[in-house]
Amino acid sequence: MAKIVVVTSGKGGVGKTTTASSFATGLAKRGHKTAVIDFDVGLRNLDLIMGCERRVVFDFVNVISGEANLKQALIRDKRVENLYILAASQTRDKDALDEEGVERVLNEMAKDFEYIVCDSPAGIEKGALMAMRFADEALVVTNPEVSSVRDSDRVLGMLGSKTKKAESGGSVKEHLVVTRYAPSRVGKGEMLSLQDVGEILAIPLLGVVPESEAVLNSSNSGMPVILEEHSNAGLAYEDLVARFLGEERPLRFVDAKRGLFGRLLGRH
Amino acid sequence: MSWLNIFRSEKKSSAQMAKERLQVVVAHRRASRGDHPEYFPNLQRDLLKVLQKYIQVDDDAVQIGIERDGDLEVLELNITVPDK
Repeated sequence: MAKIVVVTSGKGGVGKTTTASSFATGLAKRGHKTAVIDFDVGLRNLDLIMGCERRVVFDFVNVISGEANLKQALIRDKRVENLYILAASQTRDKDALDEEGVERVLNEMAKDFEYIVCDSPAGIEKGALMAMRFADEALVVTNPEVSSVRDSDRVLGMLGSKTKKAESGGSVKEHLVVTRYAPSRVGKGEMLSLQDVGEILAIPLLGVVPESEAVLNSSNSGMPVILEEHSNAGLAYEDLVARFLGEERPLRFVDAKRGLFGRLLGRH
Repeated sequence: MSWLNIFRSEKKSSAQMAKERLQVVVAHRRASRGDHPEYFPNLQRDLLKVLQKYIQVDDDAVQIGIERDGDLEVLELNITVPDK
């Protein structure tokens, strides 16, 4: 039986798709058969970030409506074994995601995959709701910035009340993922620190991804940043995946590099 | 050492302000979430009835909430009375 993991945030542009693509790729790289589904019907982008936009023939909505079967719609990644992508429909709207249909497709996929990663759209409407509805665990992607933190808190409220798990008396296991972190600005008191965000949202931290040029560069070429093995962001996602799978990994890229002046003064 | 503080800004950092503002909005949302005791709506309605016996107040004049601070729970009552 597969584990269903939703990547969600409430706010747009914080790095959900970047995180979902690298997280799924990382799981597959470690030998786990993984599928990543784009729930952003009407505004699909996961295919671009994964670099398979020209190979989309059928999509998630086609499978829900029975116009195609899963085998036809799942796109096998060419770089990483065990990795499959299910694109969102570009022409339909979010109402095409009816709950029964989503559940049926997820159940069918659960027989074949170890992990199903659901890339949620922004907002708190139907698409976001459907992405989290059947989740076992959630990665809550947050930027250290007021609107993102508030929206994440709102999403945590939904995970605790609107999911199947919550309705049946259980709970979705929540993980905090802080992205676009700039330690130097934290040091100057210009950005919320990890501790601040953790304290406010009160869920365990799974990973921190530093603000990094590699994220834009890799999306330009349609490659999940985790495959940029020399970039800070790529390494941060590696760590995140390892921790998700139960390994202990110390946090990296969370301290500001000290300048020469700071080093001479021995300041932190 | 205190003369050194002249060079330090007394102002709170912007990150500190962000944290404090967020703590308020998050606490507010969590308090207004559905984890209220079941008697809340009835209590609110009865309080309003009693109030309206003596003074003219609007139907939304009574706001109640629960603040949790560790083991301590504080029932918060907020009654808006119209100015004369």
